[in-house]
Amino acid sequence: MKFERKDILGIKDLSVDEINLILETAESFLEISTRTIKKVPTLRGKTIINLFYEASTRTRTSFEIAGKRLSADTINISSSTSSVVKGETLIDTARNLEAMNPDVIVIRHSAAGAPHLLARLVKQSIINAGDGAHEHPTQALLDMMTIKEHKGKIDGLKVAIIGDIEHSRVARSNIYGLSKMGANVVVAGPATMLPRDIEQMGVKAYARLEDAIVHADVVMMLRVQLERQKQNIFPSLREYSQHFCLNRHNVTLAKKDVIVMHPGPINRGVEISPDIADDPSCSVILDQVNKGVAVRMALLYLLTGGSE
Amino acid sequence: MSDHNNKKTVMDKEGIDRCLTRIAYEILEKNKGMENLVLVGIRTGGVFLAQRLQKKMSDIEHGKIPLGILDVTLYRDDITASKKKPHLGETKINFSLDNKIVILVDDVLFTGRTIRAAMDALIDFGRPKMIQLAVLIDRGHRELPIRADFVGKNLPSSLWEAVRVDLIEKSGVDEVVIEEEK
Repeated sequence: MKFERKDILGIKDLSVDEINLILETAESFLEISTRTIKKVPTLRGKTIINLFYEASTRTRTSFEIAGKRLSADTINISSSTSSVVKGETLIDTARNLEAMNPDVIVIRHSAAGAPHLLARLVKQSIINAGDGAHEHPTQALLDMMTIKEHKGKIDGLKVAIIGDIEHSRVARSNIYGLSKMGANVVVAGPATMLPRDIEQMGVKAYARLEDAIVHADVVMMLRVQLERQKQNIFPSLREYSQHFCLNRHNVTLAKKDVIVMHPGPINRGVEISPDIADDPSCSVILDQVNKGVAVRMALLYLLTGGSE
Repeated sequence: MSDHNNKKTVMDKEGIDRCLTRIAYEILEKNKGMENLVLVGIRTGGVFLAQRLQKKMSDIEHGKIPLGILDVTLYRDDITASKKKPHLGETKINFSLDNKIVILVDDVLFTGRTIRAAMDALIDFGRPKMIQLAVLIDRGHRELPIRADFVGKNLPSSLWEAVRVDLIEKSGVDEVVIEEEK
């Protein structure tokens, strides 16, 4: 199968074949990160710009490492140290970056649709590294890769996504992706954190964590977005953790061989108890990070190329 | 596929097997046994040939030679020039190449560009004492200063002909065919 896309903007518009191709390609890239010399010459002379308008450790580092391991030149721009503070618009920034002829622009922005705007505007490939509460496609791809490795498949698995579904781009991308791949996705969270029309996305919604994780093969905990606490979407962290924290006790409701995932950063003791997060027999959280580099290498590899 | 009327079989199952038997003996003779020898097959044809050589050499010397698998896609010199990305296979070399004699195995030696890419990849895995090249078919038309140490058959060919090595593991039949390219 030939990969024809110019951009990776969301999981919603990827086909099952495209997702499979990305995951298979990523599997072949895993090995490079285990070598003593963790570099291949594939993208020599290519330039990748990481344009981050929101804070990030994992995603930005992961994209940078992915680019470097493919021998591309990577440049990081964060909004706090760029001309954004002088009032430059996203469109102007993009046009100026385009004039310097990069090959790929990776963008994270707090506004949903910002990567789509860029994709229409510039001729370079755009990768969405998270846009507002909309999508975070590379996270969903690395999550699917992690699930596939541990469970051997995605089709037919029960995946419970727990927490702030409403504000989570990770949840949205995963719901699109996992449903496409045949998983049975359920969600749970406080009523204020569940989108009203969530069941239209084909998932079953529960008010209680316990009801959602029963017999689950995969439990995916979302970060409580503490920066949104001032909007009073739940009374207190303590109350949230009493009802929606995955711990030693309630995790037993899931299947015996359940894997526990979290996109990071973790609020220890809020959405996940430290003993579960650090338990190598069920937690695959650091494995997700490991897969992230391979998935991003695969996307950079598939997107960059000549005109023929 | 090309027109079947222009297809000519230049080597059959027995021919391939005899070539590999001879190459196995030649490798052992040249290197005085299999101490420090490792085999690395280039995906995909070279891998099957390397596996067969591994078996033959193990039978002759009663030991086991490590076998690695190499996908050279990421080292190709035309990879970013074309929009079509070849399927990327897994590279699997689970042993150190330091101070080893690496027998690099491929099915057809043509321009030499694949071998150049393979050598660059091998060097990224360590510092072999020596790299030797074994191929089933050498069809000429080199574009780089590369030659094989062990050759099954020299097959002078025209540039508009395609030389194809079919192996049971992949195509269900063992044969080398030469056909006119469409």
